[in-house]
Amino acid sequence: MSLAEKAPPLAGGRAASDSIWALRWKRFRQHRGGVASLVVLALLAAFCLAAGPLETLRGVDAVQTDLFKRYEPPSAEHWLGTDDAGRDELARLMRGGQISLLVGLLATVIGGVFGVTLGLLAGYFGGRLDSALMRFTDGMIALPLLPLLIVLGAIDLTKLGFSPDTAHSPSMSFWRIIVIIALVDWTAIARLVRASTLSVKEREFVLASRAGGAGHLHIMAAHILPNIITPIIVAFTLTVGRVILFESVLSFLGFGVTPPTPSWGNMLNNAQELVTVAPALAIYPGLLIFITVIAVNFLGDAMQHAFDPRSEE
Amino acid sequence: MTAYLVWRLIQTAVVLLVMSFVIYGLIGLMPGDPVDIMAASIPGMTPEVMANLKAIYGLDQPLMTRYARWLMAALGGDFGYSRTHSLPVLQVLAPALLQTCKLMVASFVLSVILSMALGLISALRPGGWVDSIISLFAFAGISVPVFWLALILILAFAVGLQWLPASGMGRVGDYGFWDQTRHLVLPVLTLTLANTGQFTRYVRAAMIETLQMDFVRTARAKGAAPSRVVFVHALRNAMVPVVTIMALSFGTLFSGALVTETMFAQMGMGKMIYDSILSNDFNLALTGLLFATLVTLIANFAADIAYALLDPRITLQ
Repeated sequence: MSLAEKAPPLAGGRAASDSIWALRWKRFRQHRGGVASLVVLALLAAFCLAAGPLETLRGVDAVQTDLFKRYEPPSAEHWLGTDDAGRDELARLMRGGQISLLVGLLATVIGGVFGVTLGLLAGYFGGRLDSALMRFTDGMIALPLLPLLIVLGAIDLTKLGFSPDTAHSPSMSFWRIIVIIALVDWTAIARLVRASTLSVKEREFVLASRAGGAGHLHIMAAHILPNIITPIIVAFTLTVGRVILFESVLSFLGFGVTPPTPSWGNMLNNAQELVTVAPALAIYPGLLIFITVIAVNFLGDAMQHAFDPRSEE
Repeated sequence: MTAYLVWRLIQTAVVLLVMSFVIYGLIGLMPGDPVDIMAASIPGMTPEVMANLKAIYGLDQPLMTRYARWLMAALGGDFGYSRTHSLPVLQVLAPALLQTCKLMVASFVLSVILSMALGLISALRPGGWVDSIISLFAFAGISVPVFWLALILILAFAVGLQWLPASGMGRVGDYGFWDQTRHLVLPVLTLTLANTGQFTRYVRAAMIETLQMDFVRTARAKGAAPSRVVFVHALRNAMVPVVTIMALSFGTLFSGALVTETMFAQMGMGKMIYDSILSNDFNLALTGLLFATLVTLIANFAADIAYALLDPRITLQ
């Protein structure tokens, strides 16, 4: 047996980077809530993705209204009954879930990328740029977000130069809510990335890279970002939960995803009526939001535990 | 210290000024303008008359000119008339502010008390079964959509058990103190439950950290009673960051209040802002939003100062 074969894999090599993620996965699995959340989220995703096939199978869809069949109780045809316009409740829950989850993910990614960029720049370059960016961030944090989101949701897009057809199309209402949530929900990530950058940027490997003549962009992308990736993953996860809550309340108040496109939030639009006429319909969408967000938050907690070897509880 | 306070005051004023411009601009982007709305209810309105009216109200001017004019009037205390209430904006806002204060103060105090008890119990045995249950409750509080929580409470206590009214601020003809209090129970309960989760996590984290500190070990070693160590030595020290972070969550509290007021038809600031945006009451929406921002900024400012006053290790500069 040659010496090379016996030697442990070199640090920084593929095996080493695999092993740290293997270690994190092992720690993650110790967190029962985290594992359970992962299962719940996978089931929820499957539930929402099955919307199309199941509709074909059952011969119903989420759009077809039938005003003679309003508020029907569960039956063989409509497993969870029908809503205020005689539409199949289960089909709408599944379709609505697709929208709510997609908004949660997309708004998090868009706002998150913005926050990461801002935090990296502020932390890495420091000085005036840092104070300017952080004052901006502090200002945003201080604002009551929901009223601001409502105003943003109420904006008439034709006044911004969109044609009336585009402004009132369903895809516009979908993208509008993603953009407005991304516009306000990046501050936590920006602050976190800034703090992490500050703690990494004077370390030897960064200094060595700089001494070797590496450019700022290369240092940030190749050395700093990979070393602060774990808190970023946790923060992104927690943001998904918050965004789903924002989307649901905005759609509920009528400033988010607009009907007839269902989302878990706007399915409760007429909640005051539902409470007395069909209480079950007031419970389903909210329960799904609740389960999703609590699973996402547990997942974030478990990842924090897995990524931070100092957290021993 | 004084220099810091002055600096922070200037900063707060600047943020408020910037926000007033941003909100003014955003409100201008909402559907229609005051004259369009007026015109919609007057048959036979000609385009010439409308153009004339817009000129009289300065709506044909560029954004900066309109904003400057509004700002000058606002600085002089004139926030204009509310379209839907036919009253000066400030007269509409004053009672709403009082109503929101009742709701927010009551739920804030209850959340603080509840979360301190729960967080403390949790921190005594981290990882134990009591801690697990409390943590689950805290996670539930963070994750529940506030409007749905309100719905469930209405379903349980108003529709099901019929113990409490589902909405409104008082019965017509009664409106006494007890009647008003009865109408506040569910809104306060909703907002309290929604806030306690986050607060409990703050208290728990701060207590766990403090209980590991040297001075706590010293207190134990010198033979102080366990309860004294927890309540006097640890709790007092853990409270400093907790109180600050609670005050900083004022914006979130206000967002929760908006939802709660809307759900329970409480005529507070939140519902007023919501209604005014729905009904294109531009002056009221603008002033309401600015008030909400101002109050949040003041709360943050107060939190900063409290932090410095409570913890001698912090110096403000």
